[in-house]
Amino acid sequence: MDDHPALASPLNALDYDPAPESTAVAHLRESYGLFVDGAFTAPEASEQFATLNPATGRSLATVAHGTVDDVDRAVAAARRAFPAWSTRPGSERAKYLFRIARLIQERSRELAVVETLDNGKPIRETRDIDIPLAAAHFFYYAGWADKLEHAGFGPAPRPIGVAGQIIPWNFPLLMAAWKLAPALAAGNTCVLKPAETTPLSALVLADIIQQAELPPGVVNIVTGDGRTGSALVEHPDVDKIAFTGSTEVGRMIQRRAAAAGKHLTLELGGKGANIVFEDAPVDEMVEGIIDGIFFNQGHVCCAGSRLLVQESVADEVVRRLMRRVDQLRVGDPLDKNTDVGAINSAAQLARIRELADAGEAEGAERLTSACALPSEGFWFPPTVFTNVAQSHRIAREEIFGPVLSVLTFRTPAEAVAKANDTTYGLACGVWSEKGSRTLWVAERLRAGVVWANTYNKFDPTSPFGGVRESGFGREGGRHGLEAYLDV
Amino acid sequence: MEQVSTPSRIASGSAVVRIPDTASLPVIETEAALRTLLASLSGVDAVGAAARAAKLATRSLKQSTKRDALDLAISMVDLTTLEGADTPGRVRSLCAKAWRPDPGDPTTPSAAAVCVYPDLVATAREALTGSDVAVASVATAFPSGRASLAVKLADVAEAVAAGADEVDMVIDRGAFLSGRLGQVFDEIVAVREACGSAHLKVILETGELVTLDAVRRASWLAMAAGADFIKTSTGKVAVSATPPVALVMLEAARDFAEATGRVVGVKLAGGIRSAKEALRYLVIVNETAGALWLSPRYFRFGASSLLNDLLAQRTKQRRGVYVRPELFSGD
Repeated sequence: MDDHPALASPLNALDYDPAPESTAVAHLRESYGLFVDGAFTAPEASEQFATLNPATGRSLATVAHGTVDDVDRAVAAARRAFPAWSTRPGSERAKYLFRIARLIQERSRELAVVETLDNGKPIRETRDIDIPLAAAHFFYYAGWADKLEHAGFGPAPRPIGVAGQIIPWNFPLLMAAWKLAPALAAGNTCVLKPAETTPLSALVLADIIQQAELPPGVVNIVTGDGRTGSALVEHPDVDKIAFTGSTEVGRMIQRRAAAAGKHLTLELGGKGANIVFEDAPVDEMVEGIIDGIFFNQGHVCCAGSRLLVQESVADEVVRRLMRRVDQLRVGDPLDKNTDVGAINSAAQLARIRELADAGEAEGAERLTSACALPSEGFWFPPTVFTNVAQSHRIAREEIFGPVLSVLTFRTPAEAVAKANDTTYGLACGVWSEKGSRTLWVAERLRAGVVWANTYNKFDPTSPFGGVRESGFGREGGRHGLEAYLDV
Repeated sequence: MEQVSTPSRIASGSAVVRIPDTASLPVIETEAALRTLLASLSGVDAVGAAARAAKLATRSLKQSTKRDALDLAISMVDLTTLEGADTPGRVRSLCAKAWRPDPGDPTTPSAAAVCVYPDLVATAREALTGSDVAVASVATAFPSGRASLAVKLADVAEAVAAGADEVDMVIDRGAFLSGRLGQVFDEIVAVREACGSAHLKVILETGELVTLDAVRRASWLAMAAGADFIKTSTGKVAVSATPPVALVMLEAARDFAEATGRVVGVKLAGGIRSAKEALRYLVIVNETAGALWLSPRYFRFGASSLLNDLLAQRTKQRRGVYVRPELFSGD
């Protein structure tokens, strides 16, 4: 039987041929203006800066740098739009939100390609996660717009006013949706500042908002860097600041917002622990660890960047984990079979390199995927550190990249103590087939989100947010309305 | 738009499985030892397994990958007829189809085997003389397995004597579900012996085992008892092969090979009709068990109508246009 000629293997492996998504659907313009008071300003009216494709390092387009005056005009437009928007019946506001959600779905391919080009994340993720979830958030909060009195915040909850919203570069469109949808449902008007390195999908969203005929000024989108964001935080007529980003910037914003008496919600960094017990469902657990740290190149605030594994199974878990790491396909983000894309910027790459080098210097053992990396653009191979101590920088600081630190524990109590030994408190995962132990551990974890036998699962109906240095306030679900209601 | 510079080596995605040279099969002398072995297996999180299978289904096979994968899938088909109405005439026509699936294109590979009831093995054997297509026979009171061991062994002996290269047996699901694991194990060992040099495929009937935990345990039980292949289904119950079941069985085959040095094949049967589904299963094979299983020696599709869709897609790849389904013969 063994030499049966029909049984010879014709293939060594399925070496997937390139399957690139077309960039033609992106319809990128050469330069973009600001979206203020329902219209785009002329690009040449502003100083322009380039936004790069991180997979090549080359410029995709130029966008306007919003100045203090631009922010002032945007806030004034939002203020003018507020009385009519906030007093419009909730069912009327809902119509616009439903319309935006449907337009996101209709233009999902365009948005996915734009997001992948500008951010560097794989097209599979933008297509299957970022864009569908962004639409889902608008659909979900559209449903709340005429039911606010039933949300548990009193009989007639009122909107806060003009919301200044500053979002990060890791999930550009999705974060815009997380911020805009509840704010608009609750009757606020918004000035959104996208991240400096990933402004393009928000500008497509501005186009969608125009297409949806949202009244002028209800949403204004002002691109720019930290100075633009700072102008928004400092603006006296902004009633509320919602910020997602680094803990360092969050702290600065909190000081200023406190001084000005503004409402504030912060969604900041994290150093999530994935806790693996010896009875974990092994294959799904390995996938969960991979998803926890290599999803979106690890550019995820709730990334499971610390793996806490029970010592009795640590070698076996690392062996299986490394087999999966070596299988990850790193490369062209537009290829439908790419698992791990490009690092978003040169600055972020430098930060990841610095921390990974520190891990090695401090004595952890570095295991790196054997994958080759493209010669241009910003890339970092999937990396796992073993023999990591609690005191190592790679166990304490947020790396925000595809770098996993593996630590071990002996008992559930030790696992909890190690998971909580961090200044952050955003998300954790617990892997075990024993439900009682999972609940015992989850009760004791100081984190806003605890996933059981899964990781990085998001849904508009589920509140998300942190404790301690990971921030405060919740996004998603009924809880997400509270951030935009005067309660 | 600019292109990303292609690196010299992109991971194929294929799982690298390290199989030890020295076989160390588990010694199962008592039912207690068998229970210990099966209890040592990790549980399966059904939600996670379904999510993994769904994610693998998004792989996009293009150009030469697609062409190669379609040919590979054709070469993995056990072309099957298991009807009460089967006749020698129908089996002969099925054999001709398996041997030369597309007579218009001699580069088309043959199917792996023809799978029939024991009384039609001799007919298939004769019709396939001179070909590389194997003759497989279901046996052991297929599909229910509800008969005495003596009857099951006689069934196997008849099939082997008539010239079957491969025997597809069913396990006693009633015994498995009621915890009489030793009985299931002993039956497989006895059938394995009765097979002689014929390859033994053990049908778990995963649609009746229901949970993925049970699928993993039954897979290990069958492999430890000497199965050459573990097979999902008879095709006679409502639920047959599914992507999560295929994933769990391939994980079991991979882990068993790494633990014991013995490579066991996996056969999916029942309900696989389109080339698209078949290619998705090949992706699961590639990324779960790896390249060794990407061969008819270790992976099969038990199917009938699947073959024609594979041929249609193969022709489309070569000619660049879709062809009418009538271009390919029924059986």
